[in-house]
Amino acid sequence: MSKKEKAGKVILILLGVAFIFVMLVLPLITVLIYALREGWRVFTAAVTDRYTVLALQLTLVATVSAVLFNTVFGLFSSWAITKFRFRGKQILTTLIDIPFAISPVIAGLVFILVFGRIGWANDFLQAHNIKIVFATPGIILATIFVTFPFISKELIPLMQSQGSDEEEAAALAGAGAFTIFRKITLPHIKWALLYGIILCTARAMGEFGAVSVVSGHLRGKTNTLPLHVEILFNEFHLTQAFAVSSILVVLAIIILILKNIVEHKGRKEVDEVVR
Amino acid sequence: MIELLQNAKRPEKGICDMTGFRFRPKSNRVVPGFGLSMGITITLLSLIVLIPLFSIFVVLSGIGWKEFIADITDSAVRATYSVSMTCALAAALIDSVFGLILAWILVRYRFPGRRLLDGLIELPFALPTAVAGISLTTLYSETGWIGSFFHRFGIKISYTRAGITIALIFIGIPFVVRSVQPVLEKLDSRYEEAAMMLGAGRFKTFVKVILPELLPALLTGFGLAFARGLGEYGSVVFIAGNIPYETQITPLIIMNKLEQFNYSSATAIAFVMIVFSFVVLFFINSLQFRVSKIAGGAGE
Repeated sequence: MSKKEKAGKVILILLGVAFIFVMLVLPLITVLIYALREGWRVFTAAVTDRYTVLALQLTLVATVSAVLFNTVFGLFSSWAITKFRFRGKQILTTLIDIPFAISPVIAGLVFILVFGRIGWANDFLQAHNIKIVFATPGIILATIFVTFPFISKELIPLMQSQGSDEEEAAALAGAGAFTIFRKITLPHIKWALLYGIILCTARAMGEFGAVSVVSGHLRGKTNTLPLHVEILFNEFHLTQAFAVSSILVVLAIIILILKNIVEHKGRKEVDEVVR
Repeated sequence: MIELLQNAKRPEKGICDMTGFRFRPKSNRVVPGFGLSMGITITLLSLIVLIPLFSIFVVLSGIGWKEFIADITDSAVRATYSVSMTCALAAALIDSVFGLILAWILVRYRFPGRRLLDGLIELPFALPTAVAGISLTTLYSETGWIGSFFHRFGIKISYTRAGITIALIFIGIPFVVRSVQPVLEKLDSRYEEAAMMLGAGRFKTFVKVILPELLPALLTGFGLAFARGLGEYGSVVFIAGNIPYETQITPLIIMNKLEQFNYSSATAIAFVMIVFSFVVLFFINSLQFRVSKIAGGAGE
């Protein structure tokens, strides 16, 4: 490497590292420092506050529901799309990807248009005394909507590239659908599935716009953790807002580490297959 | 990761094809479970995505044509289009520059902390947008660490368009890095070496040999960051300050209309946004087709 080349390398690395530090790392540090600036006692008080705990519970309920729902959908839809040939396959995959293209605010809006005061399902809901919008079911629905394609998006390209030869052989040998899935397909896709689940969890846990529209911001009732952060921040409870945020930061870091582990393991397995 | 898995499997399949051993039954219903999996797929897709989205058209059909045009061309609404567009565009451009640099150093150079840097790229996907939003707002406000520095020169960042752009840069950076990185990994360095040996300088080699190969991927990353920036809400809402005509973005005006129970206006503006983001995504998809050709074809 010539001297000039070496200088170029160092400059580019410094530029890249400086960008990541200012844009990504500094905001993280800000959260932790502001969370602790009034001392440990204020921090623990904010984190163990009744409304914070209730918000955390709702966030967990919405996240777990979205992950379960989308795992079921991801497995069935990728099975249907990759193991069979049918017309309109391209249209179907495009339709599944729609939630990626839509602003989270609009994702919330569509559920207001269905279940809200002016919604066409409103009469039915009123008659049966069911609450969806401004209640937990609405929050779960909005979370499912924004994370809808996450798992199938990871599975479809992988299963497509693997083809269905092995499944066909198993089927011809007389294996049932569930046995084929469990013994042949699942071992091939387990890392991609886990990867999709991790991404889905991250997005579901942090969803803000869509949930904000359907929540109605009832403290202790329809407040998720990100919405609780918003309320605290807008009420100028800065330390409390950052303390609650730090819970989400810790969760985000755990998710990032898990993601990297799964990625690494998946890659190692591929290397072994190639060899 | 997925690209890697796909490509690892590819040679195997190719051999099967060549020897003619691959058996493709005409009906292709050897694998069981078509009815069940298709049924569940269509049902869930309709319930969660299609039917709710269809209500937009139901509501729109109830609004007169004149009212619809008045809603979407209202001067305050038009101002939000321009704020959203310029900020998302500026952010996507800056992301493209730094995304290219980051992808380059991650693929071509070995340095301490490279794996950590690589792992950090997806932080904006993992960190809830509201947390990023309040943190950036505080950081860039007049009393924040970065904001106070610029304040000395009379530059305000939080509650201005510059602030919105910074939030969108944050959100968009992984899209560019993760679009360019796999293509760069696949790029055959023999062409660069040949160009250099033939006497082209480093800069010329980059512009004439490397950049054309990366361009589709870079444009895809740019488009994805731009599309995400247009619809982004959580990270922007705090730093924007929501000043009409100044720092009000389109998703925010939809939110405001909803809070005023003005459902028809909100739906009309939402419709404009959906149409626009579909156009952007259509372009990205046609680009992605070319990217996958390059990523799959290079070196073979």
